Amino acid sequence: MLGRLTWAAIPFNEALPILSGAVVGIVILAVLGTVTVKGWWPYLWREWLTSVDHKRIGIMYVVLGLVMLLRGFSDAIMMRTQQAIAIGPSQGYLPPDHFDQIFSAHGTIMIFFVAMPLVIGLMNFAVPLQLGVRDVAFPVLNSISLWLAATGALLINMSLVIGNFARTGWWAYPPLSELAFSPDVGVDYYLWSLQISGVGTLLTGINFVTTILKLRAPGMTYFRMPVFCWTALASNLLIVAAFPVLTAAFVMLLLDRHLGMHFFTNDAGGNQMMYVNLFWAWGHPEVYILILPAFGIYSEVVATFSGKALFSYRSMVWATLGICILSFMVWLHHFFTMGAGADVNAFFGIMSSIIAVPTGVKIFNWLFTMFRGRIVYKTPMLFSVGFMVTFVIGGLTGVLLAVPPVDFVVHNSAFLVAHFHNVIIGGVVFGVLAGINYWFPKAFGFTLDERWGKASFWCWLIGFYLAFMPLYQLGLMGMTRRLQHIPTPSWQPLLWVAEAGAIVILCGILCQVAQIYVSIRSRERRLDLTGDPWNGRTLEWSTSSPPPAYNFAVLPRVETVDAFWHMKRTGRPPAEPTYESIEMPRNSPAGFVTAFFAVVMGFSLIWQIWWLAILGFLAAITVVLVAAWSTEREHEISAAELAQLERAR
Amino acid sequence: MDPQGPIASAERLLLVNSTGIMLVVVIPVIIATLAFAWWYRSSNSRANRDSDEGYEQRIEFVVWSIPALTVILLGGVIWIGSHELDPRAPLPKSSDPLRVDVVALDWKWLFIYPDKGVAAVNQLVIPTGTPVAFRITSATVMNSFFVPQLGSQIYAMGGMTTHLNLLADKPGEYPGLSANFSGDGFSEMRFIVKSVSSDDFNAWLEQVRGAGSALGEPGYAELAKPSIAVPPTTYHSVDPKLFERIVEQTVAGPRKMGGSSQPQPLTRRAGD
Repeated sequence: MLGRLTWAAIPFNEALPILSGAVVGIVILAVLGTVTVKGWWPYLWREWLTSVDHKRIGIMYVVLGLVMLLRGFSDAIMMRTQQAIAIGPSQGYLPPDHFDQIFSAHGTIMIFFVAMPLVIGLMNFAVPLQLGVRDVAFPVLNSISLWLAATGALLINMSLVIGNFARTGWWAYPPLSELAFSPDVGVDYYLWSLQISGVGTLLTGINFVTTILKLRAPGMTYFRMPVFCWTALASNLLIVAAFPVLTAAFVMLLLDRHLGMHFFTNDAGGNQMMYVNLFWAWGHPEVYILILPAFGIYSEVVATFSGKALFSYRSMVWATLGICILSFMVWLHHFFTMGAGADVNAFFGIMSSIIAVPTGVKIFNWLFTMFRGRIVYKTPMLFSVGFMVTFVIGGLTGVLLAVPPVDFVVHNSAFLVAHFHNVIIGGVVFGVLAGINYWFPKAFGFTLDERWGKASFWCWLIGFYLAFMPLYQLGLMGMTRRLQHIPTPSWQPLLWVAEAGAIVILCGILCQVAQIYVSIRSRERRLDLTGDPWNGRTLEWSTSSPPPAYNFAVLPRVETVDAFWHMKRTGRPPAEPTYESIEMPRNSPAGFVTAFFAVVMGFSLIWQIWWLAILGFLAAITVVLVAAWSTEREHEISAAELAQLERAR
Repeated sequence: MDPQGPIASAERLLLVNSTGIMLVVVIPVIIATLAFAWWYRSSNSRANRDSDEGYEQRIEFVVWSIPALTVILLGGVIWIGSHELDPRAPLPKSSDPLRVDVVALDWKWLFIYPDKGVAAVNQLVIPTGTPVAFRITSATVMNSFFVPQLGSQIYAMGGMTTHLNLLADKPGEYPGLSANFSGDGFSEMRFIVKSVSSDDFNAWLEQVRGAGSALGEPGYAELAKPSIAVPPTTYHSVDPKLFERIVEQTVAGPRKMGGSSQPQPLTRRAGD
């Protein structure tokens, strides 16, 4: 009846998961209790859970990413602490069984449920505003994407208390992830949470490619789009091309695990190398899915806060598209050590280092944008300068790893760990934090506190260097990754420095929490009534903060790049424009309800409760189909209503 | 990085050279970033500023050519380096290479000396100055065979053989390890490489042949059971077809893949 699920699945005898599970449970109950007592449910349901407004969905994605950042980061601190103390005779406080789950969860959560929601959230919020339109192409689908991502996040966190998570690393390479070596539910949690959230990601990709190609304000040609929209387009094209590869690889692994097939097993003709190829054929584009939108954010921020147009907009666009294409030709550099011949390794090594050309061009373009500019150091600009310095170091070590013989000695080492944290923290995370600080006043109508923001920047920057420079050195000294126990006592001082760095980053995260708290408390003083607090250049700053649900009462007419900057220089549009009636999408519970059934389905599949899995699947599909065929999907705002709304604002 | 062999030395040199080539660009970029960031701050009244477009085609040309030239240079380094340091390429012959077959097990390393008829676990004794030609496979999940001070690592994969050629310049003891996560015993999956003079190597062979047990099918089945932090052991003789049979998977291991056998619960020995 309940498949593999029994009371034994809950680790009552292990203090750590039960305690953390209890704390999380109490927090969730407290939040739900508060919402119930204050009577906020109708408001939440109407304005958020069923909302198909791209701005609301974007904000919810960012909230999901930030909450999961806390989970992923607590895993990081636990790992750093274990490695700092489990040296020589000491085994530390985490046995391998637990430590292996923690680093697997850390990687999986940080990539799929922190970086992806944050990047997708910012794209959701900003892209339609920058394009000068009222919503994405498929608003209900957008809501379904969000809630499927949340489904994956929920499932992965359930593994904390019900059963266990994968102990395979975040790649889940077979044969280790096959049934013979990982018979428990850990790998199933990994596979099903990523499969379900992956469907959401793919739908997002389709949605945004369509939006950017088909919905733009009148006059906004491709070469008048803001650079962030270009990078979003490139990123979503990569999603559409790459995520099906991951889904297919996972399907084959699931067939191995559930039906005893032999795609990737050691025996019966299985080929583990095929999984590795497929995983990285998705995995390398994934890196650019994350970093390209961050590059877009830096482009907006650097131009805005330097008070200048971005240097060489066209080469920025071509560099973006170049990276987009090249990113599919380098996946083999993740496994030079698998025994390919010298020609193959050399080809992929050279292709990988060629990506440094468009990336280098971007760095120079930001540099020349700052040159002779008037740079205002608000928090987003600090993150951008911090990024430029940090990222070139990460780029350098990245090209080193692309030299196959160098990779032969640093592959899978702490050097590699330092490299990808260098580009992910120094690139993606700094970009997302810059973006949150930059667009927050647009989203909520008041600015974020600068003092706490700057404090968080310095903590993140210093903490990053303290945490990861020692790992570069340890990697060169021969320390491999994923060690539950450190063999060499002389590494201990450097590991303590890395631990200190992680604690400084923790301070950065706490500063951000304080920043949000302080800013909300003092929001009356920091209201942004102009809609344009940074003297911005692109269309999102031309509407009010926060924008109305329909973004623009009258769609802006675009004549140049940096459309809003141009409007400000040539005089604003007339005070009382002529309004026409507009159609806006209605709220839809389809996303939330689909996700509810997707949770049921995912959980049952993991525990092999087949009858419930089938019911969950049918229910989820039915909800989607009903939503797809419903005809009452839009409501009209008449010209008179619109004029009234605009005057009231 | 403390290379003790020609491969590791060449790889370190390549690392240093590539870093050098890139630092020529990276250091000026970092300095320029910090300098521009400082000089063009809005409060600096001495800075000259452009109102808006500062675009010049000449700068654009420089912007594309600097990284392109660097990468062309590095591309050459990559092509030559990849061919010279191909793990499967035999080392220049000073003497006949010593052949060693390596099997990754849960969680220890088995070394078979096919020409000498002996085998050892978690201990690899090699003569100094003699090239060693490794054939590597795995009887379990994917691992990576790596002796940092001797250079290149290569994956060990079930049902397949990878090749690696290494050489130790000097006598000494060098730690070896698995560099690809392989499960609960991964951190302790280490071995010692002892580089000794050829006289000492022959003496070691004699000593091994006179002690320990034989490694046939039953011994292997016992050895292949998962275990952690296994002390070095030796076998005075070995089934000559054992390595091939492990690769072909015709020898019974305790965990036949694709089956439903459950791994045994592991108890760690405290303090090791």
